[in-house]
Amino acid sequence: MTTPMVRIQDLSVEFGRGAQRVRAVRGVSFDIAPGEVLGLVGESGSGKSTLGRALIQLIQASGGSVQFEGQELMGLSQAQMRPLRRQVQMVFQDPSLNPRQRAGAMLAEVLSTHGLHTGAARAPRIAELLHIVGLKPEHASRFSHEFSGGQKQRLGIARALAAEPRFIVADEPLSALDMSIQAQIVNLLIGLRQQLGLTLLFISHDLDVVQYLCDRVVVLYLGRVMEIAPTADLFDAPAHPYTQALLSAAPIPDPTQAAPQVHLLGDPPSPLNPPSGCVFRTRCPHAIAACAEQVPELTPTGAGRWVACLRHTEWT
Amino acid sequence: MTALLPRLHVRDLHTRLLQGDSPLPLVRGVSFDLHDGQTLALVGESGSGKSLTALSLMRLLARNARWECSGQALLTDAQGQQHDMLKVSDEHMRQMRGHQIAMIFQEPMTCLNPVLTVGEQIAESVRLHLGLDTRAARAQALRALEQVEMPAARQRLDEYPHQLSGGMRQRVMIAMAMVCEPRVLIADEPTTALDVTIQAQILALMSRLQKDTGMSMLFITHNLGVVAHHAERVAVMYAGQVVEQAGVHELFAKPAHPYTQGLLACLPGRARQLARQSGQAVALQDIPGQAPAMNRLGSGCSFAERCSVSLPACQLQAPPWLGIATHARLCHLEGHP
Amino acid sequence: MAEWRLLLKTLFARRVVLIALVLLALMLLMAAISQWVLPHDPMAMKVSQRLRAPNWNHWSGTDELGRDITSRIFYGARYSLAIGAGTALLAAFFGTLLGLLAGFFKHLDAPLMRCVDAMMAFPDILLGIALVSILGASPTNVVLALTIVYTPRVARVVRASTLVIRELPYVEAARAVGVSTPRLLSVHILPNLMSPILVQLSFIFAYALLAEAGLSFLGVGVGAEIPTWGTMVAASTQYADRAFWTLFFPGMAIVLTALSLQILGDGVRDLLDPRLKGMQ
Repeated sequence: MTTPMVRIQDLSVEFGRGAQRVRAVRGVSFDIAPGEVLGLVGESGSGKSTLGRALIQLIQASGGSVQFEGQELMGLSQAQMRPLRRQVQMVFQDPSLNPRQRAGAMLAEVLSTHGLHTGAARAPRIAELLHIVGLKPEHASRFSHEFSGGQKQRLGIARALAAEPRFIVADEPLSALDMSIQAQIVNLLIGLRQQLGLTLLFISHDLDVVQYLCDRVVVLYLGRVMEIAPTADLFDAPAHPYTQALLSAAPIPDPTQAAPQVHLLGDPPSPLNPPSGCVFRTRCPHAIAACAEQVPELTPTGAGRWVACLRHTEWT
Repeated sequence: MTALLPRLHVRDLHTRLLQGDSPLPLVRGVSFDLHDGQTLALVGESGSGKSLTALSLMRLLARNARWECSGQALLTDAQGQQHDMLKVSDEHMRQMRGHQIAMIFQEPMTCLNPVLTVGEQIAESVRLHLGLDTRAARAQALRALEQVEMPAARQRLDEYPHQLSGGMRQRVMIAMAMVCEPRVLIADEPTTALDVTIQAQILALMSRLQKDTGMSMLFITHNLGVVAHHAERVAVMYAGQVVEQAGVHELFAKPAHPYTQGLLACLPGRARQLARQSGQAVALQDIPGQAPAMNRLGSGCSFAERCSVSLPACQLQAPPWLGIATHARLCHLEGHP
Repeated sequence: MAEWRLLLKTLFARRVVLIALVLLALMLLMAAISQWVLPHDPMAMKVSQRLRAPNWNHWSGTDELGRDITSRIFYGARYSLAIGAGTALLAAFFGTLLGLLAGFFKHLDAPLMRCVDAMMAFPDILLGIALVSILGASPTNVVLALTIVYTPRVARVVRASTLVIRELPYVEAARAVGVSTPRLLSVHILPNLMSPILVQLSFIFAYALLAEAGLSFLGVGVGAEIPTWGTMVAASTQYADRAFWTLFFPGMAIVLTALSLQILGDGVRDLLDPRLKGMQ
């Protein structure tokens, strides 16, 4: 049992005050093993983006602990966090480029911030970074508006790689891209992972890509973890009612396969006023009275699977 | 195929943006037929011209630019009369919009007036096209909301758009579009901004409404998963042209145009499915490069530079239509499997 | 070299900007050479020549004390331009500093903006009167007073823009990279604030010119002996009905300068936008 690279325990992130208090992330715990690609899925309001940002301390978490290679990240000052930022980087949804900064200057800035490849070694390193992500050296002198969507995302990945990190959080990196470009970026990420031995937290709402790319998946709903499982197990035999509903609602691009099923009625509850007990109970087809009284614990069900449901034993 | 007149008959639609010296062709000779009760999916990536096609038909092109549309777009109304949507007067078109042909958009929040209640916005359409008075219009609006399965419909009539969730707002848009019982509904990416579970609800609703009213639908999307289960026929667009038109089953089973083949091979869901069927791992294919700039199109096939099976002739000559009436493609390659 | 040519081409993409630049250059030239090249002595009073309509001798006519208006406009240019420019630059500097800090650092926002509110609470004329009466009537004190008056405008605009830019993805990305805060402010936020700041600059210049006129009218401006355009306008109000040229020509000087500055400001703002840099 190798020590996890990232360990999150009971993480909570809250915004606002009083009546406007939103608990975006509540009591989330999971590990990420070195070299693994962990998928974080959820719909809007699930808190997945917030979780990603809180993990790398871009926003302030309100409770819990985040450990990177055994070191506690919560409560570190900006100055203490800075050297760690070399190890932990983020790829954003498009666009995340300063419109007034040229591509090369942006990469140089990352190198300067961490004191890497100074002096004469800098220009070749920038060219190398561009090459790794499939761009050309002449792209260094261009501004962000001169790039297409796919190229901008490649640049975003280059920026994340410039610091030579071990762990990257990718927050919906494909959502703003066309299908053919998404496939290019997915293949790029796979190649980079193999080449550089990266560990990835892949945040997405696109189940197909997650299934293709990730080793394990964490399913979030309204800020809480519903299920954790290895990818194949999750998609073949989902244990949590929410996962089951989510998978059956996702349309399969093959007219000979089953059409998307509607198992969930109504809209997700507002994060300002989440349901008591299990947050999913208001839309769950299997909800019982007990579901309103206690928050289901994330229980291990063997072979790396965890489910947060009072009735899960009835169908696993 | 039915021998009846198609509800919507579009022939050789061209839309050009007038700017600077030369007009920029953005829709280049799009043709299709839409029959009653049928859904045609218009599929393409960004820049393919699919939204512009719809906006050109509805004569809703952006007014801060100058456009030039040519071609034919014959709409057969409920009485059996034909109107060429591209040639009728503005006033005539205004009467037809909402009444004979309606459109719903991707982002319902920006398409709903934030200072009017939902009921008022639906009733407006009713008063305009059916000439009903305020009370009757409100009753009709309520019926429309119930038809789209809006929970607590009576209460929603007096609520404002910001009080509703994304899925509910899209239901309101559908209600507004359906309230005057149009014969044709154009849906431009109606579920792209919605969560998967809500998307399933909305798509099921739209299918049911279509079955109940017998209206035809032009469904614009880039999501092939949605196309597979909610359309009978598919037209694939690339760089302003339709490059393949087929029934949905044929398109997925035997895609004939290299772009369609490439698109299908891009889908992780399909790669996984093929892996499962064949028992071996299937790598995700991608289409290298990006869509061409519309002001730098050559005389040949616009897909040639990204095509893995292109011939030298493809760059020079415009491709012809090959195949049969029910499954046609714009390609030079003969007998391509 | 090619870079400069492209810069100039973008700047003068609209002919109006070129005209504006030429006008401003003329004004500056006027101010600079006024000491040596003047048709008449701007201070020379010739009561027999008072309130003469524009003629070959006096291109803009004469004022109530027989002084040549043209010469006075030329001579006054340097004071007016200095007051306008001084106020605009100082207000922009302090306003940007306050706005940037208030917008970026949450804990500084409330205290700084209360100071700004306090500054805004004073009507400009009243504040001008108060300051000038304490410090005395001189161009420097007028600039000081007007700077205090106009800094809040810039501060509010800059703060609002900073709040927006601070949340943009690329700023977040820079923070994720570990970029230091000073660099974040200077490289990522400040350049993207240029547009609203430039707009404010040209506005404040124009307002300062007019405010100076108002203060001078009330006798708490620069002092009657210095012929700024504002004092000329102020003094002309008594005679404008029978001698319109006493109001018209100094007034036109103010209007043309302010307008040229605004057009030039627009041009420079477009220049700084990298998106338009490449457009031919």
